[in-house]
Parts: sequence; C-alpha cells; structure tokens
Amino acid sequence: MIAMTRIARSRTVAALTSPHGVDHYLSRVNPMWAAHEVRGRVVAVTRETETAGAPVATLTVQPTATWRGHRAGQYVQVGLDLPGSARRMTRCFSISSAASGAGEEFTLTIRAHAEGQVSKYLVDAEPGQLLHLTQAQGVFTLPVSPATPGIDPLLFITGGSGITPAMSMVRTLLRDGYDGRAGRPVTFLHYARSQADQIFADELARIAADDNDVAVHLRHGDAVFHELELRRLVPGYRDTDTWACGPAGMIDLVREAYADNPRLRLELFKPSTTSSGAAEGDLTFDKTDRQVTNTGASILEQAEEAGLSPVFGCRMGICFSCTTRKAEGTVRNVLTGSESSLPDEDIQICVSAPVGDCVVDL
Amino acid sequence: MNQRLTPDQLEAFGREMDALRQRIVADLGEDDANYIRGVVKRQQQLEVLGRALFYLPPAWPLAVAALSLSKIIENMEIGHNVMHGQYDWMGDPHLNSRIYDWDNVCPGEQWKYSHNYIHHTFTNILGKDRDIGYGILRMDEDQKWHPYYLGNPVYAVLLMLFFEWGVAMHDLEVENIVKGTRKLEENKALHAGIMRKVRRQALKDYVLFPALTGPFFPLTLAGNATANLVRNIWAFNIIFCGHFPAGAETFSEEECADGPDGKETRGHWYYRQVLGSANISGGPLLHVLSGNLSHQIEHHLFPDLPARRYPQIAPEVREICERYGIDYTTGPLRKQLMSVARKICRLALPDRRTSEAPEPVAQQPLAA
Repeated sequence: MIAMTRIARSRTVAALTSPHGVDHYLSRVNPMWAAHEVRGRVVAVTRETETAGAPVATLTVQPTATWRGHRAGQYVQVGLDLPGSARRMTRCFSISSAASGAGEEFTLTIRAHAEGQVSKYLVDAEPGQLLHLTQAQGVFTLPVSPATPGIDPLLFITGGSGITPAMSMVRTLLRDGYDGRAGRPVTFLHYARSQADQIFADELARIAADDNDVAVHLRHGDAVFHELELRRLVPGYRDTDTWACGPAGMIDLVREAYADNPRLRLELFKPSTTSSGAAEGDLTFDKTDRQVTNTGASILEQAEEAGLSPVFGCRMGICFSCTTRKAEGTVRNVLTGSESSLPDEDIQICVSAPVGDCVVDL
Repeated sequence: MNQRLTPDQLEAFGREMDALRQRIVADLGEDDANYIRGVVKRQQQLEVLGRALFYLPPAWPLAVAALSLSKIIENMEIGHNVMHGQYDWMGDPHLNSRIYDWDNVCPGEQWKYSHNYIHHTFTNILGKDRDIGYGILRMDEDQKWHPYYLGNPVYAVLLMLFFEWGVAMHDLEVENIVKGTRKLEENKALHAGIMRKVRRQALKDYVLFPALTGPFFPLTLAGNATANLVRNIWAFNIIFCGHFPAGAETFSEEECADGPDGKETRGHWYYRQVLGSANISGGPLLHVLSGNLSHQIEHHLFPDLPARRYPQIAPEVREICERYGIDYTTGPLRKQLMSVARKICRLALPDRRTSEAPEPVAQQPLAA
C-alpha cells in the first residue's frame, strides 16, 4: 500500500498522467482512490437537534488515505457538487470529533442555515455522498497532546454551533487523558438558544456527571455572556488559556472582558454581510493584514492604492490573471452590475467592487 | 470596406455585445459542464488507445492517428479553453485556469500572460500584440520591410513544424533582445519555468512512454514525435487562419485611444476584436478539433465564455455586426489557408507602393 502510494505520487507517474494528473484517473476508477487530493464519503448522518428552520446534524466522514489527520479545533473545506448544478460549492466546517490520525474517520457537525445551500443539503445528506475536501486547516487548536501534557487549567466559551471546535478539543482531552480524565481543570461554558437547540446535549450531560476534571455550564434562552458570571465561574479567567467560538455578538463581549489578553484565542463565525449598493464599509486585505475604507472602486485599484501589488493583466475582466479568493462580503461585477455574496469565492478583482464590508486574500 | 463608427455607434455596439455576453453567462450550467467533461473523457480514451496501440507495431499508423487526435483535442478544446478561465465558474480544480497546465512545452503560467493578457487585450495592435508574426514573420504591410523578411515563407514553415517550441520561446522576446530593447537577464526567471516544462514533456513522450513499450522503444518514440508534429501543424494553421487571412485588420496605438481619458472604450475594443479576427466555416468536427477557434471572432469578443457557445451565438454576432456595417470575415479552411500563405509570400518582398517613390505616370487617354 505504501509502495503503491509512493509510486502514485512519483514524478514519473505525474509525467505519464499529465496534464490531467494521477488523481483524475484514479477517481475515474474509484472516487475514494487518491494520491494527492483529499475526498471523503459520508458514512452516517445523525440529527443533533430539530430546531425549526435550522436543524443540526453530525456527519461521519470516511476520508481517502491521503487525509493527514487533524488537530482538535481545526476545520476543513468541503466542496459539494449539488445535484442539478454544475457549480461546485465550497464551504468551511469545523471538525467536531477528537483529533484524528491519517486516513481516520472524523465528524462534521453542521447547522442548516436558511440561505446556506451547502449546509441545508448536507444536514439531509444520504450516506454515500461524496465530498471534495482539503487537508485540515486553522490555528484555533489545542497546542497540547498526550505526549506533552500540562496541568494548566483550560476554558472554552462557545455559542450556538460554535461549540464544534471546542467539542473536538474536550473529546480529545478526555480520550487521550488518563482514565477518561482531562488531566487538568477544564471549564466549558456554552450558550444555546434553548434546551431543544442544545447540540451534543446527552454527551455534555454525561461529561458533566462524570468525575473527569471537566465542569460544564450550559446557558439557555436569553442568557448572554457576562463578565461577572465568568468571574464567578473562573475567578482567574484572565490567567487561563481560553478558546472562544461563536456568533459575532458573543465574541465582542468576550473580547471586551479579556481586553488584549493573549491567552484568549478567537474563532469567529462569518457574519452575514448585507449589500447596500453604495460605497460603504471596509475592504480588508487578509494576507497583508490591512484595511481600507471602501471607495467603491475595483478591488484591484483599492489594493494598489493601499500600496499592494496584486498580479493583474488586462484590467478589464478578460484574462483572469488577477483572480483572487474573496473570503467574505459582497462584490459587484462592474461590467454586469451583478452582485455575489458567496463566501470563499474566486473573483476577478479588476472588475469587482466591494459592496459593504469585504475580505479578500491579498 | 469598413466604415468608421461614431462614438455613439461604438457605445451602442458595445452595449449589445455586453448584453449578449450577460445572457450567456446567466445561462451557463450543466450542459456546459457535461460537454467539457465529455470532451475530456473522449480525449483520454483516444490517448489511452493511442499509447496502447504502440504495443502492436503493425497498428503504428493507427496509434499515431489516435494520439495526434488526442493531443489536438487536449491543446485546442481543453487546454486553451480551460486556461482561458472558461470553466472557472464550475469550481472544479481540475478544470480551473489557475491549476490546469496543458500538454505543451510552453508553461501554462507564461502562456496565460502572453496569450490571455497581451494577445487578447491588444489584439492586432501593431507594436503591442506580439502574436502578429510572433516576432519573426512579417504579417502586415505596416511592419517595415527588411531583407531579413525575404525568408518569410521559410520561417513560417519552420514555425509551423516547431510550433509548440515557438509558443514556448514566445515569451522570451528574442527579437527584442536582438534589437537591444530587452535584456537577457529579464529572461532568467522564464528560463527555469520553460526548462522544467520541457523536461517533463520530453520525459513523458521521449523516455517514459517509449520505455514502457520495451523493444518497440524507437517506434514509440517516433510515433510520439509524429503526433506532436501533427498537432503543431494543425494548431499553427488554425491560429494563423484566425488573424491573418485577407479581411483581418491591424490597428495603430493611436486608433485605440478613442476614450475621453485617452484609453480605449469598451465599444472600440469589441469593434477591434471583430475586425482583427477571422472565422473558418465548416462542420462540427472542424469546430471541436479547432477548440472552436474556428469561431475566432466570437472567441475574441468573449474569450472567457465556454467555447461550445461560440457556434451558438455566431449568427447573432454576425447579424449585429452587419447592422453596424462591421465586416465579419469568414471562409472555408482551404480558402483561408491559401489567403494566409499568399500573404506570407507577398510580404516577404518589399511593398511596391511604399518602398519606391511613385513614378509620374503619363496621363494618356485610354483607347476607346
């Protein structure tokens, strides 16, 4: 098997199978064969909650042998070919299962959003559904492993479906710890809309009841994050390594409580940016960590004005030299006037102008 | 002859073209995806068939034919079009312009610059579009004659036989280095990319596949070389018929500065694409084997629309052009080839009208 993989990845095979590549031929024989690409098959779908309009389900995914595993807290990009559509949709989902090894199964816990074509489809997916994946990505992770145990307390603050990466971390701690113990004091503070909307309710109840060093605090209904409550639960929270993940409103409150404390690690769920038509909002250049006030000009021009030098060609939307990934926000095609709000979309920055807040990989 | 259009007419013409484009973009979907995936499948079948038939020496001509067809389809209908970004909207990395690199010694990355950007943006603008004569041929009267051009037909034949190498060398702008307007150091970065690609292509066609056929190594090698040669000749002819037959026009930089800001307007850009290109009329097989570049005019108007749409929109484009009095050049392959060949030979010689001072001609009444 290892010999086969080595051959499949060799430069000889790459030359022989060019220009389409070895993975293209392998997937023709069996979609689960791959030398470089990562794909996965849904093997089970379990409903977590039946929340009206926004149900949550957990998908168990068997990846191809090319999957290198994941660290607790990471996410994966999922590409989906929706039936009847020739456009492959790609979205990011946090992995909810404990850290996985190479080629091992993992789970994705997904909430169906009203306008999320991908999430809506996946929540009702049938076992056997093929997914186009990337390797696990992201730095919102637990730096400890059983090989380097520590005794420092940990704190997780999550809201809604932001529970998934934290769940992966707690599951990893309990699985890899000593006798089902995390081996250190862990506080898990979670906010959900209601009891019925509580993801992983049974498992969290079990974790709370067990003698395992993990204290679980669930807040339902109108309860919002409050610094006083956090101070009561974890008096020394500012000296505690903290992972917070959830909706923007909650994250803002947590950020305020911690000020600029480096112990706080954040993962923000993408806010749904609405388009207004006028030139407003900020244009953020992800890679160079710069932000400018949107002038309404093309993203390419605004980037150049900010001192960046993106690759470009015709500057009129024909040559695709400038194609760049837009992480979030809405852009208007200045030639056609059509607007697009898809996250993680490849756009031609020479003919795309931001409509409201927008983040591009430049 | 073309009449010059007024700025208003150009703008209206541009608007009609934009509308046509938008209609097709809105209609892109499964049919286009199925088409290109189907073409890829057929091409792969032909390639596997061709490579396999080299194990049967008597079937050598058949093997070469299958492999040649595969290489033609891959370069023309798949590589050229995918690398134009025609299928980027599908979100499939395999058919993405940033990832796909065709079966050709010219690295896709460099081709996308010289072709997608330089050639498609500055189509037929003398001094800017380096595809006019590829820096070695004289393809337009406005290119100043020089005794070097006496070899025009010979250079054309050589470029045809070694077309993929010509395309690979294209970016090095050798003619500008000879002229002294480009420094050799500027090519350093390009060399590495070309050499990497050349090594990969040579390894595939001239070492690995021949070696896989064991005792038939020399036959397979010869077969692969022949298939590359056939593809070169075909691609050269299709491409030269796209811009150089009688009827296709060239432009000066001044003509293309019609906008109020001294830049070219979108309407004029469309207008220039139509006049600078020529179609080849023929059946569906010609269209597929040319990557639908038989519809060079439509391709130049909308280089990023899936090529299978070009035959579909051609009647409408033609109708619009006729309405504005813009010449729409088209003709059967044989006629266009002859026209290009004549031009290559004619331009080898100095142009009589401009190179010699006009002699005073005695005005004599014609004998009645």
